[in-house]
Amino acid sequence: MDTALLSVEAVSVVLPTPRGPLKAVDAVDLSLAPGRTLGVVGESGCGKTMLSRAILQLLPKRAKLDGRVMFNGRDLAALQPEALRRLRGPELAVVFQDPMTSLNPVLTIGTQLVETMQAHLGLDSAAAAKRGAELLAEVGIPAPEQRLRQYPHQLSGGMRQRVAIAIALSCEPKLLIADEPTTALDVTVQAQILDLLAREQRRRHMAMIIITHDLGVVAGRTDEVAVMYAGRVVERAPTPQLFAHMRMPYTEALLAAIPKLDAPPHTTLPAIAGRPPDPTRPLPGCSFAPRCRYADDRCQGAKPPLADPERAGALYACWHPL
Amino acid sequence: MAKFIGRRLLYLLPVLLAVTLLTFLIASLLPGDLAITLLGDQATPEKVEALRAQMGLDLPIWQRYLLWLWDVLHGDLGRSFRTGETVLAAVADRLPVSLELMVMAEVTALLIAIPLAILCAVKSGSATDRFLTGLAFGKLSLPPFMVAILLIYLFAVSLNLLPATGWIPFAEDPIANLRSFVLPALTLAIAEWPVLMRVLRSDMIATLQEDYIAMAKAKGLRPARILLVHALKPSSLTLVTVTGINIGRLIGGALIVEVIFALPGIGRLLVGAIYARDFIILQGAVLFVAVGFVMVNFVVDMLYAVLDPRIRHGRA
Repeated sequence: MDTALLSVEAVSVVLPTPRGPLKAVDAVDLSLAPGRTLGVVGESGCGKTMLSRAILQLLPKRAKLDGRVMFNGRDLAALQPEALRRLRGPELAVVFQDPMTSLNPVLTIGTQLVETMQAHLGLDSAAAAKRGAELLAEVGIPAPEQRLRQYPHQLSGGMRQRVAIAIALSCEPKLLIADEPTTALDVTVQAQILDLLAREQRRRHMAMIIITHDLGVVAGRTDEVAVMYAGRVVERAPTPQLFAHMRMPYTEALLAAIPKLDAPPHTTLPAIAGRPPDPTRPLPGCSFAPRCRYADDRCQGAKPPLADPERAGALYACWHPL
Repeated sequence: MAKFIGRRLLYLLPVLLAVTLLTFLIASLLPGDLAITLLGDQATPEKVEALRAQMGLDLPIWQRYLLWLWDVLHGDLGRSFRTGETVLAAVADRLPVSLELMVMAEVTALLIAIPLAILCAVKSGSATDRFLTGLAFGKLSLPPFMVAILLIYLFAVSLNLLPATGWIPFAEDPIANLRSFVLPALTLAIAEWPVLMRVLRSDMIATLQEDYIAMAKAKGLRPARILLVHALKPSSLTLVTVTGINIGRLIGGALIVEVIFALPGIGRLLVGAIYARDFIILQGAVLFVAVGFVMVNFVVDMLYAVLDPRIRHGRA
């Protein structure tokens, strides 16, 4: 195993709310080697987006971050703003969920693409524009020279996400965080965008974190998967191992909630009953216990640690693994 | 775009007709009689009748309006009943004063408001933000004539730096001309910056929450570029609207400031015409002000399209 490019150490994020402090991310540990791909999976509100913002140091002003985000041997959470600014772009890049809102509506595609390269690579405007057109062509945008002069609203959602990816790739980052990169897109373009990300990730040998609510998205495209629930990582394993033998009942329920192509028509989709616990009122036991069909008194009373008792290389937080 | 401009220019016509008709009606409701005003109260009824007939005042109001409109369409705005000065000359005398005052006041107000608004938006909720918004609110409750008197006391009386009143034509002495505009322009700017700052501050705070600002930060852009390019441009639509309304209003003169600082602007021309029942001057000046107002709004609409490409491509 290589030394880690990114290692998230006991990261917690607490947001103040009128109902009291909300622990959006609860003592999460992750690590990622250069060139590897990690999938972070969980339902809405599980803290996966807050975790990605914590890694990028883009948390809301009021949020409180604990723990360390070590990137190439430096703690991002402790960096000065100017040092952090120099890392963003050439080292760390992000593709946000909704390309309708992540591109500035009043600036041309060209400006938004070129300014990043000018800020970090010291290119003059002609060289940056030429490189911009090449990047657009690489992410599968036809007629790139014309596109540079257009505004985001003149492009479809899928095209805009390709532009956002081109911007993220423009300074050859070592780590790309894709925060639900296909959630806001039509189903027909989702696979294209994911394939594009996978292709560029391999080609550039960059590390990537894909954040998604869809286990199907991470299945064939990641080296490792971390499943999050109520702010914690509840299961973490190499992807083939996870799908071959998932240990955590929540992961199983999440997988069962994906519609199957070979199921007969009108099959009822097994949704997970109930709702995630109120994050301002943490439970003493396992957060998933109230919704879990295997739960007993022990689950209600004590929180299971994230551990690998069988030394099989797969971590899970459950008293009654499958 | 050309179609858009053409359509906006067509809107000008009904607005101008409505404004001039309304001024005509309202002016005719004013008590008093121009002929008696001119001849004095010792005049015989025969003389008054003769003068009324000579000036066309005996005709029904709609006929008078149509006659006036007919002349205007032929380029003749008429001349004052009292002084014989043409409307064109009267307006041409006063308009540059009002325009110079307006430009200096607006530029000063924006120079105060924009940096403070950005500062408040970046540090929203901080002590700086609360102090500046509080100051703006306090300023809103201080009337301009009060500010004018305080400024005169400070800069003209105590420090003796600037003239308190009077106006020197630009062609005669440019420096003295500009100096005579400093205090009036500052008075108007002080009246306006709080509103401009508050609208820009709240729009900017909303913009800074947008995903594309997070994206700009994630791209490692310099903070100045994020604020001035990524955030200011999409936040400035309300600012442009309010500035446009202020400019439109100031084309019609800033009466109180013109009176306090003895500036011969449009405001004093209009009020003088009303007191003297000088309807022709009143009509002509109002026509100019209305055209100016509509033109400013036209420019504001154009600026929307420049600032936001979605407007440019959406409706035109």
